Amino acid sequence: MALSTERLGLYNPEKPMENRITDLGPRHFWQYFPPIIRNNYGKWTHHEILEPGILVHFSETGDKVFTVRCGGCRFMTVEHVREICDIADKYCEGHMRFTTRNNIEFLVDSSDKLEALKKDLMSRKHVSGSYKFPIGGTGAGLTNIVHTQGYIHCHTPATDASSMVKAVMDDLFDYFQGMTLPAQVRVSMACCLNMCGAVHCSDIALLGYHRKPPIVDAEVLESVCEIPLVIAACPTGAISPAKTESGKKAVKIKEERCMFCGNCYTMCMALPLSDKEGDGVTILAGGKISNRISPPKFSKVVVPFLPNNFPRYPEVCETVKQIIEAYASDAKKYERVGDWAERIGWEKFFEKTNIPFTEHLIDDYRLQYDTYRTSTQFKYTEAAWEVSRAAGGIED
Amino acid sequence: MAFEPKEEQKELKYQELRIYKDDELKNYTEEELKSFKVKHPTPLLDDLEKGPWPSFVADAKRQALHRRKLSTDRMLIERDVVEDMLGQLEDSFNDGETHWKHGGIVGVFGYGGGVIGRYSDMPEKYPSIAHFHTMRVNQPASKFYNTDYLRSLCDLWEYRGSGLMNMHGSTGDIIFLGTFTEQLEPIFYELTHILQQDLGGSGSNLRTPSCCIGKARCEWSCIDTQDMCYELTHHYQDELHRPAFPYKFKFKFDGCPNGCVASIARSDMSFIGTWRDNIRIDQEAVKAYIGGEIPPNAGAHKGRDWGKFDIQKEVIDLCPTQCMWMEDGKLKIDDKECTRCMHCINVMPKALRPGLDTGVSLLFGAKAPILEGAQMSVLTIPFMKAEPPYDNIKEIVEKVWDWWMEEGKNRERLGELIQRYGIPKFLEVLEIPPMPQMVKEPRSNPYIFWKEEDVPGGWQRDINDYRSRHKR
Repeated sequence: MALSTERLGLYNPEKPMENRITDLGPRHFWQYFPPIIRNNYGKWTHHEILEPGILVHFSETGDKVFTVRCGGCRFMTVEHVREICDIADKYCEGHMRFTTRNNIEFLVDSSDKLEALKKDLMSRKHVSGSYKFPIGGTGAGLTNIVHTQGYIHCHTPATDASSMVKAVMDDLFDYFQGMTLPAQVRVSMACCLNMCGAVHCSDIALLGYHRKPPIVDAEVLESVCEIPLVIAACPTGAISPAKTESGKKAVKIKEERCMFCGNCYTMCMALPLSDKEGDGVTILAGGKISNRISPPKFSKVVVPFLPNNFPRYPEVCETVKQIIEAYASDAKKYERVGDWAERIGWEKFFEKTNIPFTEHLIDDYRLQYDTYRTSTQFKYTEAAWEVSRAAGGIED
Repeated sequence: MAFEPKEEQKELKYQELRIYKDDELKNYTEEELKSFKVKHPTPLLDDLEKGPWPSFVADAKRQALHRRKLSTDRMLIERDVVEDMLGQLEDSFNDGETHWKHGGIVGVFGYGGGVIGRYSDMPEKYPSIAHFHTMRVNQPASKFYNTDYLRSLCDLWEYRGSGLMNMHGSTGDIIFLGTFTEQLEPIFYELTHILQQDLGGSGSNLRTPSCCIGKARCEWSCIDTQDMCYELTHHYQDELHRPAFPYKFKFKFDGCPNGCVASIARSDMSFIGTWRDNIRIDQEAVKAYIGGEIPPNAGAHKGRDWGKFDIQKEVIDLCPTQCMWMEDGKLKIDDKECTRCMHCINVMPKALRPGLDTGVSLLFGAKAPILEGAQMSVLTIPFMKAEPPYDNIKEIVEKVWDWWMEEGKNRERLGELIQRYGIPKFLEVLEIPPMPQMVKEPRSNPYIFWKEEDVPGGWQRDINDYRSRHKR
């Protein structure tokens, strides 16, 4: 049966439940595996990265499968997906897959097919010049930046996502196509503290955030929001009930207690907090999710605020580059960004990356004490001498 | 080994399903694309067409041109939906603020999840995106596809929606971005009746479970991540589509401690494959690594000259438990000291492999910062066999949900509930004993909540009896 072209298709609004099918779940994965994957399921013995973006996996059956990994925008049109399908039909018997970091992977079973496929992929460009399917994203390099919706589709963002990722990836393109870093570097992006992308355990995390307390839209608040839920939603207890002069129920906000998380806005559309000057980007670094060598760790805030300079975010791109370049020249083989920072000490991280340390980087929220240094084991950096000077401890 | 789907799978053939003819699919030339201008000026967006990384703007423009050239009766929402989206995005750059309205309850009958309502706050200027609802489509496990299926989705979504998608959303779904309310039910009907495909989760539901590539193309996967993901997704369809939870709940399945789907950071219930026997060693391959015949770390460091591979420096000394050494030219591992961090295996995949007695570690409570700060999952059940139909795991799932639904506050994730009550309470719920593996270190404060039954004689005492020994 073909897909319907009737305006309402098979759906009859008069009888919405008639013949209704629900709860089918996803289609079964097995049918989407290329034959070589089906034949070797669970039988893979080892793999090798032949060159950036090209993997080969070996099976105990003697089979080999070559994978070509290409960067993709998370946002894709049906035109783009159709082009992916054309490639898959031409080289991969109609199969392909996507990675969790929005890369596209084409799988072939021979090196001849691999060469033709590689050539084809790198020859495909948008009319304006960018690659459509750049090969890379493996090993000790940078893979695709996972991100959230931003201005394309979200109602709470503090910055845009697709544009920031494009700007940063353009700048870091050589690291995507190379494997010159001490270990893999995972950059992730979320456009507000909700972190739909859960970027909080990435080597480098870019995070849109707000810096102004919500505006109370008192005219409509009582009719569009559940006031007790709004009050309960605030993690710092900054919201309390209030009445307008005209007698409408609303809320008031103790502004000095607001940490701009936006949870109240999620609960109540009458408390918007986005703002052109207030909103911007914070950068976190040193997180990871792998258990390799050291346990998984959270990313730490290393830059409290950078402005939203659309569409290229020069300050963000520059800072990310500074971190990666300092890491690349200083870290040991296999050392992730966070492992490097812990080995040299975070005070040295700021020195080597040339990122200023500000009061906003000292935790003043819950469990802050866990992050304080209670030891005399520290390293001298210029920041330390400044404190000594300011305290009158040294003369020069 | 082949898998049987839970329900018989209709074979989907694009040639039978398709809406658009070949000439409609290739309806513009490169020349036309070069000179194409969207109807709103977009200087800031145009700058994002430069540079090597794939440009989403360039992609959106070709979709806009494609729609321009389709005949009017070949799409059911406005032709210029993509152009209006780009126009509004440009306005958002200029204003430094989003132009999507907050909220909007829409959905399909009987479901509380899968559709996210979205409306423009500039509908007069951009009428084609006055409604711009998202539909989450439950992706097949590990995101493998064939072109028949993807092309069919593309036709459906171009005909009844904007043709804009995310491949994929953060949780894993295929995301259809932007359609009008009227088309939500028809799209759902086409998906279920013709494509035998369901929506994913949104709202206070079980969110669409997702998994790593697993045994499909990885030598390290200790569990059938795809099969578990598929089975649990099907088993819990009701929880996926009908909100009954305090907030969202996520399952993610990682085949090994490398954690490629980040379950430990992103899921309320993290399933991480592991083993309990010994790492398998191929001593010949160890020699080949030492001799430089095989590149270390599967070749991940090929881009730079790191010098000759040194097994002592790169493997033995980096082992977090120091449980390895060389003896008579052979690599030895004291497996009972191993914490299965995967480093040695990652460095020498041809020589070292996970054991064969495999199962899953269960960890609970990961989430992003909203509300109580970011949390990672807590190791709770060290090892469980994980065989279909995974009844032992489902029992655990249900104990957790019963407790969370009973005790959880509105918008309280499981990890926050565990924090509020403490892990000892959570262990009671799971009916498991405590173990030192659950903590990094024992508590340093001695404010222990003893229960009355823990203390001989209970808590009820007589003040007169006390005073008989102590004057007032």
